[in-house]
Amino acid sequence: MAKLILSMDGLVLKELPLLKERTTIGRKPHNDIQIDNLAISGEHAVIVTILNDSFLEDMNSTNGTYVNGQPIKKHFLQNNDVVELGKYRLKYINETPTQSQAPDFEKTMVLRPDMMRKAPADAPAASPARPQTDTQTGFRPGQSLPAGSSMGGSGLPPPPQPLAPSAPPPVAASANQLGAIQILNGANAGRELELTKTLTTLGKPGLQVAVITRRPQGYFITHVEGSNLPIVNGKQLDAQAHPLEDHDVIEIAGVKMEFFIKR
Amino acid sequence: MTQDLSQALQMVSRSHAGMVRTHNEDAVFTRVDVGLAVLADGMGGYNAGEVASGMATAVIGAELEQGLLEGKRNVSEMLETVIGNANNAIYQAAESQPQYSGMGTTLVMGVFRDNHISVAHIGDSRMYRLRGGVFEAVTRDHSLLQEQIDSGMITEEDARRSQNKNLVTRALGVDPVVEPEIHTYETAPGDLYLFCSDGLNDMVENEDIALTLQALSANLDLAAEQLVQMANDNGGRDNVSVILVKVLQPFPATERGWLARLLGWLK
Repeated sequence: MAKLILSMDGLVLKELPLLKERTTIGRKPHNDIQIDNLAISGEHAVIVTILNDSFLEDMNSTNGTYVNGQPIKKHFLQNNDVVELGKYRLKYINETPTQSQAPDFEKTMVLRPDMMRKAPADAPAASPARPQTDTQTGFRPGQSLPAGSSMGGSGLPPPPQPLAPSAPPPVAASANQLGAIQILNGANAGRELELTKTLTTLGKPGLQVAVITRRPQGYFITHVEGSNLPIVNGKQLDAQAHPLEDHDVIEIAGVKMEFFIKR
Repeated sequence: MTQDLSQALQMVSRSHAGMVRTHNEDAVFTRVDVGLAVLADGMGGYNAGEVASGMATAVIGAELEQGLLEGKRNVSEMLETVIGNANNAIYQAAESQPQYSGMGTTLVMGVFRDNHISVAHIGDSRMYRLRGGVFEAVTRDHSLLQEQIDSGMITEEDARRSQNKNLVTRALGVDPVVEPEIHTYETAPGDLYLFCSDGLNDMVENEDIALTLQALSANLDLAAEQLVQMANDNGGRDNVSVILVKVLQPFPATERGWLARLLGWLK
């Protein structure tokens, strides 16, 4: 469950779990989070929470809403974001589980309309049994997403609300190592090509092509097409990927080139 | 009888458990001669996900193969029927056997026929097309994230950081009735189609998928291998499956001979 930690001048005032679909913030008493301070507008901002994601929106407040020092109109909250309203700070906490827990939490699940309808207050810890008559296949645009929606269902794994992770963005392979090739003969002799992409093809399409792939464990060369296989250090390769070492000499379609590690 | 598409199409597939999971809950089925590719990503406790995706590919594969070999004409209708049957089979199994309760699966599949591809999908398994250097997703996920993107609530960039991944709004076998999304598109020689489970597109950027298909289209086996390897190199947090289909030459329906086509063209 995501939460906000309200503080002022470094002093923690309150911890506020985001239980509702819309959590309003403002000076007036009807707000879910009331901050009685003149720098705060009557209706200052709102946080919309859908399952594990929360979105902050400024409600045209007089003094604005800031996230991590930047003024925002609408913002997709990320773990540890700091929302500033006047002198007050709201830290957004939505922790992702550790790697070891991740696989189970990450499993694909079906989102059903009846799951979305459960208010958090009366959502039991165990998944509610689904009525047999329910024939809906999913919620459709236009159907609203009620507060603090829960999911789960007949026999599905328990809902992962508190801590469902998102996969980390793919990382560039072997980010710390950069290889390059330098052409040794022919018209382009001396030309150098940095191998920055995940894969780089070499040779002439239709005649002979090989590919150099960049992976976390280094660079590999593999035959792609043509009747001739690539030659590395005078030896012809087979169809398998072959790891490249610093200063290997590659020959493809009559062109010799040297592979080397730049850094 | 129907024609043999082995000369017109090339198909390869790979399915891998990934680097984190012990089970592979994905299933793939291909029959190049009848022009059929099916991919399913199962979900459900213990090994129920594997059962659901396995049932989906088996039922759909066998029934569609039968229908195509019998020369049935209306592909969309056939797709609806066999997907309905697969849905029934999975749903019944889930209802009658407690260990399978709640199981379900996504589905993405293509039927190649008469210079067209009919694509059916349910959930967040995808089909992409590479044509003339343009790589694009043909299917749109039935997922919470896609609905949020469609409604303008979040951007595609935000979607990659969302905590609400893996929530599909439609799945095969979880309800008595399912509504597959079916579309038919014209194919062209040189087209390369990629069917994949979310284990690929969650782990590998579109740009890298496109680069791989472009660079390695001459060697489909290697391209499929490379896609799976990239997903695993980037963490391999989910099962990853891919089917690649390349259109080598046109495949007009055999009933229409060259004369009929010429006459049709002159009309």
